[in-house]
Amino acid sequence: MSPPDRPSLRATLRASPRLSDRWLWGRDEALALAEIAHGSCLGGHLEQLAGRSVLLRTGDPLFAALALIELDGVARRIVLCPPDLTDADLPLAAETAGVDAVVFDGALPALRLTDALFVAMRLPLTPLGNPPVAAFATEWVMFTSGTSGVPKMVIHRLAGLTGAIKPAATGDAPPVWGTFYDIRRYGGLQILLRALLGEGSLVIAGPREPIADFLQRLGHCGVTHLTGTPSHWRQALLRPAARAIAPAYVRLSGEIADQAVLDSLKEFFPGVPIGHAYASTEAGVGFEVNDGLEGFPAAFLGRVGDVEMRVEDGSLRVRSARTAGAYVGDAAGPLVGDDGFVDTGDMVELRGDRYHFVGRRNGVINVGGLKVHPEEVEAVINRHPAVRMSLVRGRRNPITGAIVVAEVVLHATGETNGTIKDEIMAACRRDLSPFKTPASLRFVPALAMTAGGKLERVVA
Amino acid sequence: MTVRSAILEKFQDVAARLDKRLAPLTDETVLLDSGLDSLSFAIIVATLEDDLGVDPFTTAEDVYFPVTFGDFVAFYDNALKADVAA
Repeated sequence: MSPPDRPSLRATLRASPRLSDRWLWGRDEALALAEIAHGSCLGGHLEQLAGRSVLLRTGDPLFAALALIELDGVARRIVLCPPDLTDADLPLAAETAGVDAVVFDGALPALRLTDALFVAMRLPLTPLGNPPVAAFATEWVMFTSGTSGVPKMVIHRLAGLTGAIKPAATGDAPPVWGTFYDIRRYGGLQILLRALLGEGSLVIAGPREPIADFLQRLGHCGVTHLTGTPSHWRQALLRPAARAIAPAYVRLSGEIADQAVLDSLKEFFPGVPIGHAYASTEAGVGFEVNDGLEGFPAAFLGRVGDVEMRVEDGSLRVRSARTAGAYVGDAAGPLVGDDGFVDTGDMVELRGDRYHFVGRRNGVINVGGLKVHPEEVEAVINRHPAVRMSLVRGRRNPITGAIVVAEVVLHATGETNGTIKDEIMAACRRDLSPFKTPASLRFVPALAMTAGGKLERVVA
Repeated sequence: MTVRSAILEKFQDVAARLDKRLAPLTDETVLLDSGLDSLSFAIIVATLEDDLGVDPFTTAEDVYFPVTFGDFVAFYDNALKADVAA
């Protein structure tokens, strides 16, 4: 068992010089961080949770944030359930992670565990004098966003999770963070930690809160730093409510940020710095790109420091102090190769002095033996000014096994005329090999997204 | 529009799209000599499925690929008749 390698979240908050004007805003509740730092929503059971492996199953992500603050340093392990983890997955997850306590909001989770402690969270917070001693470097167990089968669990520690977070500059106005991500996933958790450790506040999206409502709330709370996937941002910019926000910093991660989405954001928020970050649940935060261009400078590969990168067999490999320690359970296999590098499965291509992301290794469409990454085709389609977003997939074909087809969402509906289609197809023919050019292209009103905020890709 | 003219138009359309020089098509034209490659045929079959609602290559019980343009048209004709009968 590791001793703590840094102050707990609660201790950090209690030491904050300007805690009084910091907040966590949920959909239904606004909670002062001062109250959270000195209170508990665990009904007097915090002491009993010390040293346990706690499954954190919440309906409202605000409660997840509260529990993380309370349990960091106190629990031996926190298993943070993402919203799309099904009840059917719970028993195996609990067994694999050696869970002996369950913390939940709302209804009792559908999970039978003998000898486990079940603790319901309730508001309002009750004052807490002296919290239990933070005796652990708590293991934070996160679920990878696998698309099939039972998601894998990876172990992080707070020091690794917060490795990419720089201390807040004193004198700056306290940031108000917001994220389209769910904070129970890696991308969202990063933002929760940034807000908590960076003298900030956070606006948390409610369960299934419509994006337009969330945008209104973000505007109302005066969000200054807002993050999401490129898909989140494309969806947000379609809503008139996007005019309600005036962020000072915009950040994208989780999917390939193509030039089209970077340019749309630049146009929508003139003068606002727009960064895109590369991170994965396994590898942690890799790097950030802030020059407004897609891809990343090839010079990043030579850098030494916390994060080292290399390209092998066309995929990006990352070695980092922030890499998750291991998968939970023996069956999952080693997370890291012998040399400490994680194969991210993200395929990159060198063009000039910049690497561009071309797609996921396992998302490749095979057209008569030739490989097509859906994302490289989408990047070309998305460059058309009338296009908001697109999804490219393989369709079964008796001649070549598969062919490329595209579904496209336009900024304005009703504009689905032949001219736009012809222009998009002409651009594809100009910039892509014939086998990569969509054989059919149709306009759709919307595209499905995963719980993690990424485009839903169905493998043909 | 007849099935034959729909298919003919599709051949010309895809040839233009992929910059292929299409040979004059008669019933006797061997498809491999038509100037189109396998990607062209893949696109023709996919887009004909969109337009006509059938893909005889997938529904056919035998592994069969028509040899001439006339065979190709007949293949679709028969599939459409079967589709109507079903």
